[in-house]
Amino acid sequence: MSTVRVEADRESCISAGRCMAANSSVFDQDDDGIVVVRTTHPAPEHRDSVRKAAYLCPAGAITLRSAP
Amino acid sequence: MTEAPPYPQPRTCPYEPPPGYAEIGERGPILKVRLYDGREAWMITGYRESRELLTHPNLSSQRTHPNFPIVAPRFRSQIARTLALIAMDPPVHDTYRRYLNPHFSLKAVRRMRPELERIVKGYVDEILDHGPPADLVRLLAVPLPSLVICRHLGVPYEDHEFFQDSSGAVMLGTEEESATAAQNLVDYIDSLVADQVKNPTDGLLGTLVRERVATGDIGHDELVSIALVLLIAAHETTSSSLALGIITLLEHPDQLARLHAGPSLLPGAIEELLRYIATTDLVATRIAKGDIEIAGRTIRDGEPVLVSGTLANRDPAVHGDADVLDITRENPHHVTFGFGIHQCLGQNLARIELEVAFHELLTRIPTMRLAVDVADLPILGAGTVQRVLSLPVEW
Ligand code: HEM
Ligand code: SF4
Repeated sequence: MSTVRVEADRESCISAGRCMAANSSVFDQDDDGIVVVRTTHPAPEHRDSVRKAAYLCPAGAITLRSAP
Repeated sequence: MTEAPPYPQPRTCPYEPPPGYAEIGERGPILKVRLYDGREAWMITGYRESRELLTHPNLSSQRTHPNFPIVAPRFRSQIARTLALIAMDPPVHDTYRRYLNPHFSLKAVRRMRPELERIVKGYVDEILDHGPPADLVRLLAVPLPSLVICRHLGVPYEDHEFFQDSSGAVMLGTEEESATAAQNLVDYIDSLVADQVKNPTDGLLGTLVRERVATGDIGHDELVSIALVLLIAAHETTSSSLALGIITLLEHPDQLARLHAGPSLLPGAIEELLRYIATTDLVATRIAKGDIEIAGRTIRDGEPVLVSGTLANRDPAVHGDADVLDITRENPHHVTFGFGIHQCLGQNLARIELEVAFHELLTRIPTMRLAVDVADLPILGAGTVQRVLSLPVEW
């Protein structure tokens, strides 16, 4: 199974926190409330919740790419 | 071509869509509706289409545009048309939002939890002291969000009833009441900001004075407009979500029983309740500032457009059995907080208030039930915050 690489665009993030609510071991917020990706290559068990985070992000700030 | 149906329409049940919306939903995901003033506007009823529209670059919140859709008379006022954030487009919108985001992020809000628990416990003590029947609107749903946002801002506690009453009138009064109440609020906030500029205290207003006014990023009047929108946006929305959420649960005893049996289901249950009740009915009023292609139609530059949260949340293309309340629904996706750059700033605060309040009520008053028939609850509001005026319960 291929793994994903997680990217977050800190410029478009509006701090809604949906990503962190979906998975707080992959997503965090800094002191400005802006998204921080803690692990760019999350383990397979996080895949669904990471997908959910990307889907729920109101700002389209999270991108998932397939990583080799 | 059939005639444009009227929107908004009043509900006849606190949590179910108005009967006339079924037909509107069937004609979706995009159609024209007729507003109270006779003008027509585009309306989006699909969930996916709502997300697509609300992230479209040609969408504008500029309420001063002559074609901006007005869904009720009180939205004609100057104050309603110039609200900070809500009535702004980028880049100013984004700049303001960045000033506020750190103070409403999920992390910031989670730090407020112990204090929220203490506040809610106090209100539930009062409900128990009062004894049945107790009106949960007056004893909990109205005062809680008001106290919480006042504390967060650093507004003196003595004034929180004034805020509660005036923000209620702004959101729900007649056109004239709304304008007067908004002016009173502005005058009061104006003097509050002046005090904070002289002598900043610990709350968000004082922090913004130190971080933004002192540095010259914003002036006195801008801080007043920010404080105004925070106070207005935080009250009725959260208060109604709490009251309607309680009614909905009490009217679905099977779901309530599941929640009693599995308290860890609460966060998911709250999302499902938010989906189901669609607190504000409409989640966005906008104007196109360029053509927007959506669902095979073209919204032209300068045309008004609305998003129905009530219908998008129950879009059968996204939710199986959309009209069924299921607190363990796997993906209770909804647009109750909007979507895109204007998605609710206070959503995490609202969620945590609801969670703490539901938890406290469920554990301390487990046998709670409605003291009157749901059909006899007085309800109000169409196209905006759906409100219930009283909520008597017994146990
Ligand atoms: C359950 C309760 C709430 C609901 C249903 C709700 C709903 C909404 C919706 C639908 C929007 C989007 C409006 C648009 O796109 O035009 C919004 C925006 C907003 N809400 Fe809430 N809200 C709630 C609670 C709160 C609270 C507690 C606050 C306190 C700070 C708040 C502050 C705001 C602000 C400032 C905006 C404007 C954001 C922007 O334009 O960037 N809301 N809310
Ligand atoms: S969900 Fe999107 S907007 Fe919200 S904090 Fe995460 S990245 Fe930012």
